[in-house]
Amino acid sequence: MPDADPIARRGNRWPAVLLLIGFSIVFILPFAWMISTSLKPLNETMVLPPKWLPSEPQWQNYPDAMRAMGPFWLHARNSLMLALLNVVGTVVSSALVAYGFSRIEWRGRDSVFLLLLATMMIPFPVIMIPVYTLFRELGWIGTFKPLWVPAFLAGAFNVFLLRQFFLGIPRDLTEAARMDGCGEFRIFWQIILPLAKPALLTVALFQFMATWNDFLGPLIFLVRQEQFTLALGLQNFQSAFGGTAWHWLMAGSTLVILPVVVLFFLAQRAFIRGISTTGLK
Amino acid sequence: MAEITVENLRKVYPGSKGQPGKVAVEGASFTIRDKEFMVLVGPSGCGKTTTLRMIAGLEDITSGTIRIDGRVVNDIPPKDRDLAMVFQNYALYPHMSVYRNMAYALELRRVPKRVIRDRVGKAAKLLGLLEPDDLLERKPKALSGGQRQRVALGRAIVREPKAFLFDEPLSNLDAKMRVETRAELSRLHRTLEATMVYVTHDQIEAMTLADRIVVMNEGRIQQIAPPLEVYHRPANLFVASFIGSPRINTVSGRIERDGDGMAFVEKSERSEHRLRLVFTGDEARMLASRDGQEVVLGLRPEHLSDARDLSAPDPRATFEARIDVVEPVGPETWIYARTAGHQLIARVPHAEPRADIGHTLRFTAELSRARFFDPATGLAIC
Repeated sequence: MPDADPIARRGNRWPAVLLLIGFSIVFILPFAWMISTSLKPLNETMVLPPKWLPSEPQWQNYPDAMRAMGPFWLHARNSLMLALLNVVGTVVSSALVAYGFSRIEWRGRDSVFLLLLATMMIPFPVIMIPVYTLFRELGWIGTFKPLWVPAFLAGAFNVFLLRQFFLGIPRDLTEAARMDGCGEFRIFWQIILPLAKPALLTVALFQFMATWNDFLGPLIFLVRQEQFTLALGLQNFQSAFGGTAWHWLMAGSTLVILPVVVLFFLAQRAFIRGISTTGLK
Repeated sequence: MAEITVENLRKVYPGSKGQPGKVAVEGASFTIRDKEFMVLVGPSGCGKTTTLRMIAGLEDITSGTIRIDGRVVNDIPPKDRDLAMVFQNYALYPHMSVYRNMAYALELRRVPKRVIRDRVGKAAKLLGLLEPDDLLERKPKALSGGQRQRVALGRAIVREPKAFLFDEPLSNLDAKMRVETRAELSRLHRTLEATMVYVTHDQIEAMTLADRIVVMNEGRIQQIAPPLEVYHRPANLFVASFIGSPRINTVSGRIERDGDGMAFVEKSERSEHRLRLVFTGDEARMLASRDGQEVVLGLRPEHLSDARDLSAPDPRATFEARIDVVEPVGPETWIYARTAGHQLIARVPHAEPRADIGHTLRFTAELSRARFFDPATGLAIC
């Protein structure tokens, strides 16, 4: 009877709780340091011993950092546009491919799926040059296309994640839909997708964060300043001013990651809520 | 409504990497008549669900033919067969309300909204989904198991299909709800006058619901007959043993001549309590051709009586056995008793046990109810 004595169980949980608190502190520290530094004057950013709190919060650092990053709002618009396009492309294409791998029987399906999984092993730097050459041949260098078109071709990890989730949706449901008169696409659209909301949301969030934070892609494929994304804009602090203006860099970084943090906290509730499949027994 | 014909149906699941395929159904042929309630029954893995799924179109056919109202439907997708299916796990769409679950198939068929409302309303009323509480706007997760099963039934009813297919629809319900829903299904069949095909492993469901039963084992059909015929005249030893609870008594023995009758003598090394039953009249005439041959006797537990209960027990049908176990089950008592080489069960109509373990009791068999089977093939002899 594992639930017989809840008090005893709570007592046993303390070491785990302490361990988790310890880990949380380790993870929160850099974040706290970033915010603290973003409010310091430059001469307080690198003192020893480190000062955790600024002598006087420098709120002005934020507008200054935005100015120093170049056209901040233009970069923000570029980042947002790319992130949204990537989210839509990835969710739609990965879900379709995952459906094909999980719900439709076809010869060689499992072998092709293994091959797809194997592509996850290839790090981006390995294919960076061939991909660059390909996009150059297509005349896409200096355009946004290399940064969003591939998202519509499904990614291995997202396909894997969604396939596993789809496999967990009872087969009876799709068969009931088939008896009711659904074709394959309607089953995908009206039965599977609504039930896979938590997984789709996870994929969307991962993709949003990946695109929003992507530095290497925009660095390689974009040419003109007005096309730059926020992640690329942060680079300005190191190149444009010789040394590093840590207080502005941290203020800029805080501004850049703020939407992601907010999004994560909003979406987290949906992750946890999950979806009930209690239409089944 | 419709007539469904299955001819020489075969299903083989391909084996993996060099392994031979698994034969799930072999040479199944039967006709489900218009408005008939046909039950496919058998143990797990006997091929009954596979057969149902092939009728539904959810499973490809390896060979054979399925006809619905004379039309071959082998290559017709499920949605165009005009059949409705109720699944074991209900398979209600969790993200849709009860109303939407029931209306969905009609929406897909572009039935006018007014007609949908009307049909869903009627089905909901028939199934008690409106009173005492109106369940139509609830999501499936807010329903009990019994309510979910009724919604699944409603979803099938509103379709007004040619035939209903049921895949063990009661197996997830508790015992009380199962009995209630079973009665409800029986009532629905009478009300709707629909062709129904029902798969179960529960023989009570099969016996109570069916117009005819198809008994299956290891992919093959064993017998097709009305419930009481299956019970009283099983085609073979498997059917005799599968249908009936407690299960039929089977005793191996030999037929030999006994005066003007024929005797069944139990096969056993021991002679004490050896079962010997003497048949006369029609039974003897039928057994005469088996003189000297080995047979298996089948006798249902209710066809064995405590000889003390009879005013003049027939000595040719009476034998002694030692009592092993006595189980009072309420209105009757089950007595497990041992003859020379077999254990038998007798259902005697005593609420209070009147037999002591270890003692010898005299039993009288109802000889006209005895069935004989060929020990080699298992087929019924008479």
